[in-house]
Amino acid sequence: MMNRLNPRFLGVALIAIALLVAPFAFSGQQYLLRVVTTAAIYAIAAYGLNIILGLTGQLSLAHGAFFGVGAYVVGLLTTDYDWSFWAAFLVAIVATTVLGYVSGLIALRTQGAYFAIFTMALGFLIFIVVTRWESVTHAHSGVSGVKFPENIGPIDFTKPTTMYYFVLLFLAGAAYTTHALLRSSAGRSLVAIRTSEDLAKSIGVNVAVSKQLAFTASATIAGLAGGLFASLNGFIGPDSAGIDRTFEILLFLLIGGMGTVMGPIIGSLVVAFLFETLQDLETYRFIVLGPIIVLLVIFAPRGIVGYLNELVPARFKRRDTATLADPVATAASNTKKDEVL
Amino acid sequence: MTLFVQQLANGLALGGIYCLAAIGLTLVFGVLGFPNLAHGALYMLGAYLTFFFLTDVGMPYVVAILAAALVLAFLGVVLERLVFHPLRHSPHTHHMIATVGVMFFLIAVVQEVWGTGFLRMKSPVEGQLSVLGAQVSWQRIIIIFTAVVVMLLLTLFLKRSPHGQAIEAIEQDRTGAALVGINPSMVSMVTFAVSLALVAIAAGLVAPINLLSPGMGESLNLTVFAIIILGGLGSLPGAIIGGFTIAIAEVMAATYISVGAGEAAIFVILIAVLAIKPTGLFGTAAQR
Amino acid sequence: MLLQVRGLGKHFGGLDAVEDVDLDVPEGQITAIIGPNGAGKSTLFNLLAGFYRPTSGTVTFAGKDITGMKPHRTVREGIARTFQTTKLFDDSTVLDNVLAGCVVRSKSNALDAVFHTPRHRRDERVSKVKALEELEFVGAAHLRDRLASKLPQEAQKRVSMALALATEPRLLLLDEPAAGTTDEETEAFGELIRQIVARGITVCLVEHKMSMVMNVADQIVVLDHGQRIATGTPAEIKSNPLVIEAYLGANTDQAGTRS
Repeated sequence: MMNRLNPRFLGVALIAIALLVAPFAFSGQQYLLRVVTTAAIYAIAAYGLNIILGLTGQLSLAHGAFFGVGAYVVGLLTTDYDWSFWAAFLVAIVATTVLGYVSGLIALRTQGAYFAIFTMALGFLIFIVVTRWESVTHAHSGVSGVKFPENIGPIDFTKPTTMYYFVLLFLAGAAYTTHALLRSSAGRSLVAIRTSEDLAKSIGVNVAVSKQLAFTASATIAGLAGGLFASLNGFIGPDSAGIDRTFEILLFLLIGGMGTVMGPIIGSLVVAFLFETLQDLETYRFIVLGPIIVLLVIFAPRGIVGYLNELVPARFKRRDTATLADPVATAASNTKKDEVL
Repeated sequence: MTLFVQQLANGLALGGIYCLAAIGLTLVFGVLGFPNLAHGALYMLGAYLTFFFLTDVGMPYVVAILAAALVLAFLGVVLERLVFHPLRHSPHTHHMIATVGVMFFLIAVVQEVWGTGFLRMKSPVEGQLSVLGAQVSWQRIIIIFTAVVVMLLLTLFLKRSPHGQAIEAIEQDRTGAALVGINPSMVSMVTFAVSLALVAIAAGLVAPINLLSPGMGESLNLTVFAIIILGGLGSLPGAIIGGFTIAIAEVMAATYISVGAGEAAIFVILIAVLAIKPTGLFGTAAQR
Repeated sequence: MLLQVRGLGKHFGGLDAVEDVDLDVPEGQITAIIGPNGAGKSTLFNLLAGFYRPTSGTVTFAGKDITGMKPHRTVREGIARTFQTTKLFDDSTVLDNVLAGCVVRSKSNALDAVFHTPRHRRDERVSKVKALEELEFVGAAHLRDRLASKLPQEAQKRVSMALALATEPRLLLLDEPAAGTTDEETEAFGELIRQIVARGITVCLVEHKMSMVMNVADQIVVLDHGQRIATGTPAEIKSNPLVIEAYLGANTDQAGTRS
């Protein structure tokens, strides 16, 4: 079956297998497993950003804030109010969805620069709420003692391996959802918006509603990831909700490849791996990351997966994937600001 | 009454700062077409550079500000050439992402060199002036005066000098301007340089009043964006009117309601504008 | 009468780009809108397509008032358009481009896609068949796996027509379909337009190239300075003194001083 030898399929299978056997490969090295689990959680968040930025082409700077909201809801409900993790997790997802939907009402009226600025303000607002509302959020003291998920039958989530597979479940779900979206009308609508809003309108796409839904979806996924993060870490602080998180998730997505199915996973793993092996660079982390983002966006906006996709011979290419546009080609055909005339 | 005059003076001074910062930002948007999200971080850098020139190098206050402005102007040219020029064919999303990268780089560098704590810059001008019974610090008067002078000079530059006129031409019609021989690249560089110089001056002026910290650019960033959205992206008069409006609104809200209300005012204005008329007061009308 | 326009006007802060225009587009025919430069053809076109909102007048489509309706809704009603500077999804293949056109008529949503429901599978099958059919129709089927941005301009125009046709329109608005094409290509496009009409789709085009217009149009509407100055068959328009003057007058305007 020619399809099965498709390099893309092989690549995905390889990564899937690697992720599945990771705990055994690390055999007992709790720390490494923890690192990969955290990377996986960030990868989930990156999938969320992928929907609004990778597919729809809108830069949401509130993403880290939604992640933080998810983290704080789980954190606070399980500690101060002694809820069970599962209940808190559910509330976290609902809360971020509602928050995303409501702020999406304004976001849908904006585009491009306005959208970015609005989400920047939103992210800032959320961060201020977290750092000022001391009575509720503990402000800078943070929240500690966040619960692990309670046992389901014999499944003990306090074991790092169990937690890892739990996260992996959501990661697989996020990857699959992206894959399904890309080959659906909904996904095509989003990619249409990213390429040209006028063109999208001309084929019947309700740009405003689509943007809002994409934004809401990105918030939901970020919140979900945040909730998992809080539980894994046991402790969260205001910087779980700050712009730094947005930046990191953006970095993972950029490196992995915006608008792709495997980009978020690969980006998160690669960066996590780099951070670990180059431990001494810890202090210079942000000094290096800034220019890396700039270089990526200039020279390799498609990221690793985008680049790999290019190498795949045409006969293997999926007909319905849509990676981020080649900047030069985009310029050739698109006028600058969707000028109708 | 004296409180009102006092706060009015504060508002005007703050407005002056905001205007200087906002004008540069709106110019960059009008000419290059994207929001420079690193603007706040560049403001922060301007403040730290002024501090450096004043405290470590020992320059007089005014010279320190000018030196900082020059360094930032040069940095602006470098950024335009190395980052935004290569991106000229890319979607604006990429430009914005690049500015995010620049922002984090600058904050990280400043943290590395000067640490994460607060710094206090000595006020070069002590004392106050009595105006209508209120005590207004000389620093604030200097700010208002300088801001007005700089804005007048800028207006002259834009209306009279060939470079300035080129900027206005490109803002209005990029293709048309190119057709009559105006070099968009050159204009982009000049615009960026001017924008950063202005923000450095603003930072240098306000530095003695507020404390310096690596995070000082973040809240200014939001405010300045609120201003140019209120005034209309790309509109100079909009930036000026917006700047003073928001400054006075912020100060009055903080005085008569609460400090939190002052900050909230900015968010409220921003969201209100985006929800009602995103193009702002002077922005070009929506296409439909 | 498929499309009825009464008193349509568009006012752009001080300028009446289009003023008090009446227009009837009969079903099953080809209507061409012509006029000298600056006559308001593009504005009128964008008004019909919903990209501009009229400041006065009404637009009725198949008996339904669609005045001021947003573009994505007019597409649902059955009006499709192409763009003067051909717009395609550059980073996608030709087939993906036309598949995008099937989005508006698709009956499944994101949830269907995620759960891979039978409805989604059926939808994808139907869309693919339709997309290939339209590509076949415009003569671009052999390009299905090529990247849209890498195609020559003439092929891109064909693909964008296939894209518009995939939305299953009753009325197809073509924005200068012959712009920048050779005489041969122009003829081929003319033939393609006739075939579109033969399928039962009404066509309304804005065009500069007189050769195409005279050849293909059943009815011609002439605009000048934002107003309709004549309507008729090609023969009638060719000999209409008002029309001739408008074009001559426009030439003088451009050569001499603007009046």
